Amino acid sequence: MQFTLNGTTKEISGNPAARLIDVLREELLMTGVKEGCGEGECGACTVLIDGEPVCSCIIPVGQVEGADVVTIEGLGGTHPLQELFMNEVGAQCGICTPGMIMAAMKLGDKPTLEEVKVALAGNLCRCTGYSAIYRAIMKWKGMPEPDNADKLVIVE
Amino acid sequence: MRTTMSEVNLRRAASLDEALGILREENRTPIAGATDVYVALNYGTTGVRQFLDIWALDELRTIVKRDDTLVIGALTSYTSLIQSHLVAEHVPMLAEASRLVGGVQIQNRGTLGGNVANGSPAADGVPVLAAVDAVVVLRSIDGERRVPVNEYYTGYRKTVMRPDELIVAIEIAPVIGKQWFRKVGTRAAQAISKVVMAAVRSDTPRIAFGSVAATIVRVPETEKALSSGQSIDEAAEILGRELKPIDDVRSTADYRKRVSMNLLKRFWADTD
Repeated sequence: MQFTLNGTTKEISGNPAARLIDVLREELLMTGVKEGCGEGECGACTVLIDGEPVCSCIIPVGQVEGADVVTIEGLGGTHPLQELFMNEVGAQCGICTPGMIMAAMKLGDKPTLEEVKVALAGNLCRCTGYSAIYRAIMKWKGMPEPDNADKLVIVE
Repeated sequence: MRTTMSEVNLRRAASLDEALGILREENRTPIAGATDVYVALNYGTTGVRQFLDIWALDELRTIVKRDDTLVIGALTSYTSLIQSHLVAEHVPMLAEASRLVGGVQIQNRGTLGGNVANGSPAADGVPVLAAVDAVVVLRSIDGERRVPVNEYYTGYRKTVMRPDELIVAIEIAPVIGKQWFRKVGTRAAQAISKVVMAAVRSDTPRIAFGSVAATIVRVPETEKALSSGQSIDEAAEILGRELKPIDDVRSTADYRKRVSMNLLKRFWADTD
């Protein structure tokens, strides 16, 4: 079967039941895709399928036939948001970082902090406390730096 | 990964007819967004190895109004439910519930049909369907049958669906009265509920709970108390006796019962 990976057509054989993450990491060597929980809770394995963030740890690879898949490698390493994650210390241990950045790719032009939080609700970070991550994303979008990023906000 | 994936066989169907034909010939569990099935495979908690992938069946992704009834295709994702004008107009609490299913990644893959098929008593969407007396449309190569969602579950993760049937749609008749939904979990996103309640306020209130029994339940005694004019405090006491939740990893029976009673009172005040 074929699918597009980071702009290049890939032909793969093998079991369509294999997890997308395993094919991406082990066969196609996209090791920027991280496995955290293995149950769609933490978002570390987030990739884009046809532009939509999904958890690659719970998707059979057969389901991406003909689809457009983008991993963190597809951003090229010098994407402005990647730079901002470094400069704002949005990455500490780094396991959640690729997933955070891929989930943020779906955000529209001028997101509110609330919208950023909803977009990233499926991505867990155990180091940063999220403030630096939200700061990096808001800066990337040219939005004012959130002054309440350190406060706990209950998303209703 | 606790399942040997080479043992897992995934046959892929390209059309509904093909899928139904395969289900008649072979014993396979349908997979849509895989958000439940692949978690079970990852954790080695399912012995099922033969699956049928129905993700490609776009014909099951429509949301339409047929006469006054809202017909939601089984493969409709939570994201589509959140974005649908018809859902917003007809059954807004279904969109509200969908926003609380996992994060965006899960909302993009998880489907309403899958939520029903999986049969979890903690499903977020099913209490809404129970409160509005939705109908599950099942199809096999012999034809269709319609089963009220409140008659669909026969026990913990047990349903009336036959192995050769597929859920193709959920039908919702017009909902009269104010809708109310609340999920109580550990955090707003990504949490499996401790208690979930969906209700419709009218002269004959309809009230459903999740995570308090082996299946999603309606509470007929409580509904009767409210429709016959008993006070909300009396109704809450009746609810406390009617519900028989259990202790498990997410919560205790006592907590669930108390929260359920509080939710009922909140519902009544909010929809007054």
